Amino acid sequence: MTALDTFLFVAFPYVAVITFVVGVIYRWKWKGFTVTSLSSQFLEGKMLFWGTIPFHIGILVVFLGHLVAFMLPQATLAWNSQPLRLIILEGTAFVFGLTVLIGLAALMYRRFTNARIRAVTTPMDIGIEMLLLAQVILGCWIALGYRWGSSWFAADLSPYLWSLVKFSPEAGAVFALPWVIKLHIVGAFALVFMVPFTRLAHVIVAPFNYLVRPYQQVIWNWDRKAIRDPSTAWSAARPKAN
Amino acid sequence: MDVRSQISMVFHLDKCIGCHTCSVACKNIWTDRKGAEYMWWNNVETKPGTGYPGKWEDQDIYKGGWEKDGDGIRLKGAGKPKSLTNIFHNPHMPVIDDYYEPFTFKYLDLIESSAGDDQPTARPISMITGEPMDIKMGPNWDDDLSGSPDYARNDPNFKNLTDAEQEAMFELERMAFFYLPRICNHCLNPACVASCPSGAIYKRGEDGVVLINQDVCRGWRMCVTACPYKKTYYNWNTGKSEKCILCYPRIEAGLAPACMHSCVGRIRYLGVMLYDADQIEAVASADEADVVQRQMDMILDPFDPEVIAAAKTNGVADSTIDSAQNSPTYKFVKIWNMALPLHPEFRTLPMLFYVPPLLPVVATVSEADHSERGGELHDIAKHWPDSWLYDTTTKELFGTIDDSRFPLEYMASLFSAGDTVAVADRLKKLMAVRLHRRLVTVGDVAKETVDAALADTNLTPLLADDIYYLTSLAKFDDRFVIPAAHREQAIEMIEFTGDVKGNTGFGFKVGSATRGA
Repeated sequence: MTALDTFLFVAFPYVAVITFVVGVIYRWKWKGFTVTSLSSQFLEGKMLFWGTIPFHIGILVVFLGHLVAFMLPQATLAWNSQPLRLIILEGTAFVFGLTVLIGLAALMYRRFTNARIRAVTTPMDIGIEMLLLAQVILGCWIALGYRWGSSWFAADLSPYLWSLVKFSPEAGAVFALPWVIKLHIVGAFALVFMVPFTRLAHVIVAPFNYLVRPYQQVIWNWDRKAIRDPSTAWSAARPKAN
Repeated sequence: MDVRSQISMVFHLDKCIGCHTCSVACKNIWTDRKGAEYMWWNNVETKPGTGYPGKWEDQDIYKGGWEKDGDGIRLKGAGKPKSLTNIFHNPHMPVIDDYYEPFTFKYLDLIESSAGDDQPTARPISMITGEPMDIKMGPNWDDDLSGSPDYARNDPNFKNLTDAEQEAMFELERMAFFYLPRICNHCLNPACVASCPSGAIYKRGEDGVVLINQDVCRGWRMCVTACPYKKTYYNWNTGKSEKCILCYPRIEAGLAPACMHSCVGRIRYLGVMLYDADQIEAVASADEADVVQRQMDMILDPFDPEVIAAAKTNGVADSTIDSAQNSPTYKFVKIWNMALPLHPEFRTLPMLFYVPPLLPVVATVSEADHSERGGELHDIAKHWPDSWLYDTTTKELFGTIDDSRFPLEYMASLFSAGDTVAVADRLKKLMAVRLHRRLVTVGDVAKETVDAALADTNLTPLLADDIYYLTSLAKFDDRFVIPAAHREQAIEMIEFTGDVKGNTGFGFKVGSATRGA
């Protein structure tokens, strides 16, 4: 049991994160053509709305919630010190988890029933959706069955994750958690592991740069000003287009 | 003054016969692929008609292009922050049914069916799902109006016409149409570039071709909404957007784009125009009535020494300036003032121009005794053995234009943001040239009439002959004046030669030791 636990909670996280970092950089830098949202709105737009909006909004909130508990464990514990505030936090988490679940269910229903969407579905799409579904169900289960889960996260999981970050893994507290939560943790690292190999890769190219760049873009093969400046004779200014 | 060069096309609509050869040439080269089968980077539409995708000109539906926002402009259906807030689901994005579901036929059924009482048929099947389907739309579904005035009635360009005027157009005996070939307009203020959250779309500095970097595109689909001409297409298989590339690999090699090269009617002209990039924002934000004129004004005179000097400082090659001086598009657009951009009110400053169609000319058929008139006709005039006179001249000089079977408002809605005078000016020039040539070749028009027509349109017989030459007799090299990419620049387009510059001798790709900054 401890060998399996050690593998799942010490070795696997490192494998997952290293795979994520290396895979994502490789795919972004050398296989840019394959990095896309693979949107299927063009083939079916109406039913997509009822799936994609709740799914994405929900998963963003849930992700940010986990991030806060990871980054600010003390603040999370302080917030949860009053039962009412704990219930509000857990309730919010559950509602957004449910939103993700409903959205994902709608998306999967659409994927399996619409002939056009089936035509663009790969086995990997189904695999990653199943993994997500399991992860979301486990998450909702934890929010419902262990209503102090956020405090557990702050008290047990945040130190564990930080110990991984600091390369001195202490997973003892995790070994003792209920199996539902343990599965949820493994599922999370499995998702991280899968990002470079699936359509999930689109999360790393969220286009925030759009907010700061000018609307129009003109690219020159040659820097038309520098090329005429005699002082740039030995500098190598790479053309942007290649 | 920031002088840049732009490759620009002129379509002479009077010459278009609607054969779709351009579309097929383009399809065979670029879009004969899975996910791209529904794309027609070049398509030909019958006007009046709904076009492809259906009613693309109606921006109340598609939310394409720019709209006025105070003194400036904003994207109608995308932009900051809409391109990000709508990223999970774009409410203004057309779906494949707005174009058509691509199909093929089960041809093998024709030869492999077992013998029976019935003739075997090849059923249509979807190229997306592979399932049998009913064909409900195609890329030129309303070609030649498809035998029904219904498609014409749904044309968005009728908004400025009264019901009575519309009904008059749809009378079967008066029904008329023309063809409108369309490719990407390679705009100066492209809405697709502005809407792209990934920054994958860009305008090439050297020749103004607008391209989508397929390695950077992430399939956020905002360009499909933003382009008011619906000329960026989403490839449902690769999850990337694609568009007309103006056959840049051919242009760089000094070859004409496939659509132009294959054009049966020789309606297309391709040339370089120099323009002042500093004015782009101001012109795109101008009042709707001024947009066309101001766009014409920002196109610079390639013979002006100041322009040439500014172009050279900007790195515009001598061969490009030379091409700009011989540019057939510059002649049509600026010198002769005969061409207009398509839907300038979208404010993208499209750089493809159209000579509006004069056809159909109102003609009368009457009985005439040709034996009497024979003497006054020119030698090369054709003498018909019958006694009918097919007369395309009118007593009033431009009667056929003012009483055109196509109300000027319709043409103005297409080409001049509603300015009927701008369209009438161009059509009158076409008519004047026609009258002039009629005098020269047939000789049955009074010289005073022709002189008056030419004077009225600021033309001289010499200019009219120039226009006639480029319209009717022009050789390929007159219609296609583009500098090929320079050899040294052509290499840079593929690989960066500076990689080995300043390195230590032959065969080493490692730089010399630095002395520390």
